[in-house]
Amino acid sequence: MTESRPARKQIHLAAHFPGVNSTTVWSDPRSGSQIDFSSFEHLARTAERGLFDFFFLAEGLRLREYGGRIHDLDVVGRPESITVLNALAAVTDRLGLAATVSATFNEPYELARRLASLDHLSGGRAAWNVVTSSDAFTGANFRRGGFLDRADRYTRAAEAVATARELWDSWPAGGERRRFAHAGPHFRIEGEVTVERPPQGHPVVIQAGDSDEGREFAASAADVVFSRHSTPEAGRAFHADVKRRLARYGRRPEDLKIMPGVTYVLGDTEAEARERAALISRQQISPQNALLAAEQVWGRDLSGYDPDGPLPDVDPDPESTLVQGRVRIADPFAVAARWRALSEAKGLSIRETVIEATARHSFVGTPESVAAALEEHVATDAADGFILIPHLTPGGLDDFVDRVVPLLQERGVFRTEYAGTTLRSHLGLPAPVWKGGTP
Amino acid sequence: MTGVRPLHLAAELAPAPPDGGSRTVAGTVALARLAEDAGLDFLTHDDSFARPGLDALAVLARIAPETRSVGLVPTVTTTHTEPFHVQAAVATLDWVSRGRAGWRIAVSPGAAEARLFGRRPAPPTAALWQEAGETAEVSRRLWDSWEDDAEIRDVATGRFVDRRKLHHVDFEGAAFSVKGPSIVPRPPQGNPVVVVDATRPAARETAARHADVALIRASSPEEAAGLRAELHRAARAHGRDPGLLRVLLTLSADLDAHPGGPAALAGLAADWHGGGAVDGLHFVPAVPGRDLPRFAAEVAGALRARGLFRTAYEGTTLRDRLGLPRPASQYAPKGADA
Ligand SMILES: Cc1cc2nc3c(=O)[nH]c(=O)nc-3n(C[C@H](O)[C@H](O)[C@H](O)COP(=O)(O)O)c2cc1C
Repeated sequence: MTESRPARKQIHLAAHFPGVNSTTVWSDPRSGSQIDFSSFEHLARTAERGLFDFFFLAEGLRLREYGGRIHDLDVVGRPESITVLNALAAVTDRLGLAATVSATFNEPYELARRLASLDHLSGGRAAWNVVTSSDAFTGANFRRGGFLDRADRYTRAAEAVATARELWDSWPAGGERRRFAHAGPHFRIEGEVTVERPPQGHPVVIQAGDSDEGREFAASAADVVFSRHSTPEAGRAFHADVKRRLARYGRRPEDLKIMPGVTYVLGDTEAEARERAALISRQQISPQNALLAAEQVWGRDLSGYDPDGPLPDVDPDPESTLVQGRVRIADPFAVAARWRALSEAKGLSIRETVIEATARHSFVGTPESVAAALEEHVATDAADGFILIPHLTPGGLDDFVDRVVPLLQERGVFRTEYAGTTLRSHLGLPAPVWKGGTP
Repeated sequence: MTGVRPLHLAAELAPAPPDGGSRTVAGTVALARLAEDAGLDFLTHDDSFARPGLDALAVLARIAPETRSVGLVPTVTTTHTEPFHVQAAVATLDWVSRGRAGWRIAVSPGAAEARLFGRRPAPPTAALWQEAGETAEVSRRLWDSWEDDAEIRDVATGRFVDRRKLHHVDFEGAAFSVKGPSIVPRPPQGNPVVVVDATRPAARETAARHADVALIRASSPEEAAGLRAELHRAARAHGRDPGLLRVLLTLSADLDAHPGGPAALAGLAADWHGGGAVDGLHFVPAVPGRDLPRFAAEVAGALRARGLFRTAYEGTTLRDRLGLPRPASQYAPKGADA
């Protein structure tokens, strides 16, 4: 068998439910409910028909506000993730079910129990996307209130994951329940776990966050990274950086899958796809949304400006508190300067500038060219797979599954049937070693 | 008016701590379907953080797509949980079940449960139920924090929601505060059905003030009638219409050992209901796999044969089942069109 060609690197695919943000086009006549169960069912069944690894739900624990008023331009309102996923477990068979859940506003015992329950009820398909976003704004909905600074957020997240794993290990399947005792900087808890070890041993852990602390946490504790680096260059740099960090924790590169969130637009020809992409960008960036995007950079009320007119000629407000519930742009001055240069060079209005600067679709083309590009990304280590973010609820994945998945299969880079029943097996992740409980 | 007041039947799905794993999923689904075929109003699923078994709300969410009519009422405790998360999960159960969710409020009095969280020692019982009441209160505000028609999808103005119909709840309680609004749009029932086990005196005030369904235990119809009257009086004192509080007798039974078996149980339900002592029965089987099928077939069947229990589900929601109206949002302008 020494002659055989090395197998092509396989692509992992996941589906992001098109939730709240301007990526999701709600003004399209085909746009359905973002809250009715039928929407979740349709998208999940489509993903499973496409043999995807998992279905992904994001989280936001407070409605976004601008200038003290609830943001009203994008899709708002979503159900609680773990509950939706438990219901989806009834209407799917193999698809992984991933919930984004904050490590800051949840306690490890309760969370470990809820995730173990999802894993049992789905036959080993649960995943936890551990996010840490925290500010006093979100904290106002919770007992613990307040916020943690970035370093503490990640030490808490790492300890929450480690604790959850201790808890999942403390009642081995078919074995004896054991007492556990955990004492760390963030949690001092003890007792007996009430749910048997989950079918996957440990539900899959996903990390989404890009800081140095976030990457280190991913390297030490995550099975999958949901990254935002979808271009080939940024993807390769991120991939190399995070994979390099793994050795420090005794882990191999294949123990952690890097899956950027990506969008796509298909057409019968390249030109048609580009045309469609431009139309979608205009749907995503309405005149009102364009002003709002500029307000996020400038940190100022720009409601008096004409979205079809020129950019504001004032500087951003560095002290702005206008934007709440969303990570503030790190260097608004640099962004404003870049936008101004773009606008002047091409004679663009505010809306056109925002579209040009922000409304980038990751993959635009025919099914053939998109399939080739996806394969190229993975083959060149810009990614191990993708979390697809469609722009329509709930039919946004239909064309991808019907037209691109078969081509990936022909290319031999995507499964033609599920090999196993658990999410861990789809991802090719090793079974976690049982560490035992505290005697 | 006796004879027109509908009789309600409910049953507990998980009375005894089962094993802590998933072996029972298919069995639980089968039992739920059987209860539904018999026309039961709702199923409860007990829970606590110290109780072996899966998370109750998770189990009932898993069952929701596999049933169509029966109400789904998990126990969710309020002591160590975040009220904001709890209301969102219950609202979501209402969404995934298309209007069949309830919530049995419970507290966690033990030191053992407190140690699983390590945040604070368990407060005294009176404080626990006070806090449970606050959680019920803030939940209702959060469920109402989106008016029914908040989502407008107005392409002309680019607005997805009408922000005037989304409300900060600004709740300040003794143990927590919540800003709001909820992240979950108003659930199909407006407010999912709140159930409180009012057996313990400490829980009665919270039941009278917040429950749509109160569960009681009693050994005679007189005792039950007395408890029901007490709950109605207290509800009225809180400005509620006592006609909108259902009181069910919780009865644990092993139908093989029960004197007279299912026939006697049906007789008891008919008598107590007819005499005005209770609005129905909440049956807790000794062994669900054995007793629940008999309850569904024989007890519900006998009551149906006497013309006392429904022959078909009315409406689609748990509120419809219980004859409880869908409440308007407390934030909606008064007198606005429904
Ligand atoms: C691709 C991606 C998706 C994210 N999704 C969520 C989310 O659904 N909910 C959330 O609260 N935070 C989300 N976050 C925020 C991160 O969890 C994290 O809080 C944030 O990126 C700040 O951490 P950092 O400084 O490490 O980047 C996401 C981040 C990234 C990069």
